[in-house]
Amino acid sequence: MSGQISGPEQTYFDHLAQGEFMLQHCGACAKVVFYPRAICPHCSADALEWRPATGRGTVYSTSVVRQRPEKGGVYNVALIDFAEGGRMMSRVNGIAPEAVSIGMAVVAEIDSSGETPLVVFRPADGGAS
Amino acid sequence: MSRSLRGVAAIAGVGTFGLGECPGLGEFEIMTGAVQAALAEAGLTPADVDAVFCTSMQQNMGSLTLSEYLGIRPKFSDSSVIGGSSNLAHLLTAMMAIECGVCDVALIAYASNQRTISGRLVSSSRPDPYEAPYNPRQPITSYALSAARHMHEYGTTREQLAEVAVAARAWAGLNPEAFVRDPLTIADVLSARPISDPFTVRDCCLVTDGGGAIVVTSAERAKDLPKPRVNVLGAAMAHWHRYIANMADLTLTAASESGPRAYEMAGVGAADFDVVEVYDAFTINTIMFLEDLGFCAKGEGGGFVEDGAIAPGGKLAVNTNGGGLSCCHPGMYGMFPLIEAVRQIRGDAGERQIDGAELALAHGNGGVFSSQVSVVLGTDATL
Repeated sequence: MSGQISGPEQTYFDHLAQGEFMLQHCGACAKVVFYPRAICPHCSADALEWRPATGRGTVYSTSVVRQRPEKGGVYNVALIDFAEGGRMMSRVNGIAPEAVSIGMAVVAEIDSSGETPLVVFRPADGGAS
Repeated sequence: MSRSLRGVAAIAGVGTFGLGECPGLGEFEIMTGAVQAALAEAGLTPADVDAVFCTSMQQNMGSLTLSEYLGIRPKFSDSSVIGGSSNLAHLLTAMMAIECGVCDVALIAYASNQRTISGRLVSSSRPDPYEAPYNPRQPITSYALSAARHMHEYGTTREQLAEVAVAARAWAGLNPEAFVRDPLTIADVLSARPISDPFTVRDCCLVTDGGGAIVVTSAERAKDLPKPRVNVLGAAMAHWHRYIANMADLTLTAASESGPRAYEMAGVGAADFDVVEVYDAFTINTIMFLEDLGFCAKGEGGGFVEDGAIAPGGKLAVNTNGGGLSCCHPGMYGMFPLIEAVRQIRGDAGERQIDGAELALAHGNGGVFSSQVSVVLGTDATL
């Protein structure tokens, strides 16, 4: 093997760097695969293809991490279920960390302010799912 | 053809050392103290040991280091790590090795000095690229997410979580080896420093130094050793995920699979246990394991622990050493429920002894509700 190879992990972050939030879909069993993998963990097929995420999701669980200010202060960590299937750890912005609630409808955006671009979420209009 | 491992092996000795703080001692120095105590109980010496199982947070070839340290040249060696349940998994491997004649006397050991060297839980895993950027306090936030979901789905309350910590502390008060023994109330737990909602610091395990070791041999050989043998009647492991985002249902662990398989090997049911020792890294663990291991229905764990039901004098004796919440938690705690279960079965548990304890469950947990290992131990009467 020689030359530049981009595995699924690299490809995912490369997409984000280009402003695209992409998810793997299995061509065999049609399930969404997240985090990105080389084969489908549901059916073992190696027919995974990248498609743009809908960006729509629901808060599956949420916590407020309470650190000292110099270690990041008080912030949200949540698990988000994608509308098309699959789940990720993320953060819900645009609302007090304590106000994030299970079942809340959220939409994705790419936060490019840090070293690597990140998928974060904000409440969908109205926040109800 | 499959054959059962039920009763093929027995625990002939257990030892602990330095639970709490051990400034000036390294991991393998602490571990040696525990090994000496376990071998002394078994009436054996390092020269009798022909299989070494060891986990270390600092050495990924722990069984090599420990063998070298003790001058053992083992026929079988295993440093495998599946998180805090590793030492219970080692027991299952030791049973298979003993039954197949690969080894005769297995030593399983663990120690850490992480309280002294860092003051916080040490992780040896690569930061996960899909979780680390969100700065969860790991492993705390993963378990907190699970607790939040359990509260949402089943109405489990903050007070019920606190009951678990209060019960553990009451047991610790009866255990001279426990690191934190002063009384604790539900109000104390709720008003403690918040860490990751819904947890305060009192919902979280201790960070201590300390080591533990057990000596396992064939049931036949154990019969002739000084201590009453503690028979391994069942053991099983299961894991369904590594990271919390990949745990399909945050309120259901693979203990719901490892437990029943261990019970099946042992020929017992949850109602048969006299004492139950589960890995309580956080208060939610005890509640979910009581459900998943069959002591109550899914979602009823919060109600089950209310009103001191798992405290001394309650309806079920759970974590009688004080648990990871109040006895000790040197990074990987799995060895300690096992050791406490052995002590209870032998009647060696002092003030906290459960009268007539014949059958005990020791359950280990690793990762973030990830690897689950259940072990059923019993007296000769249960064979």
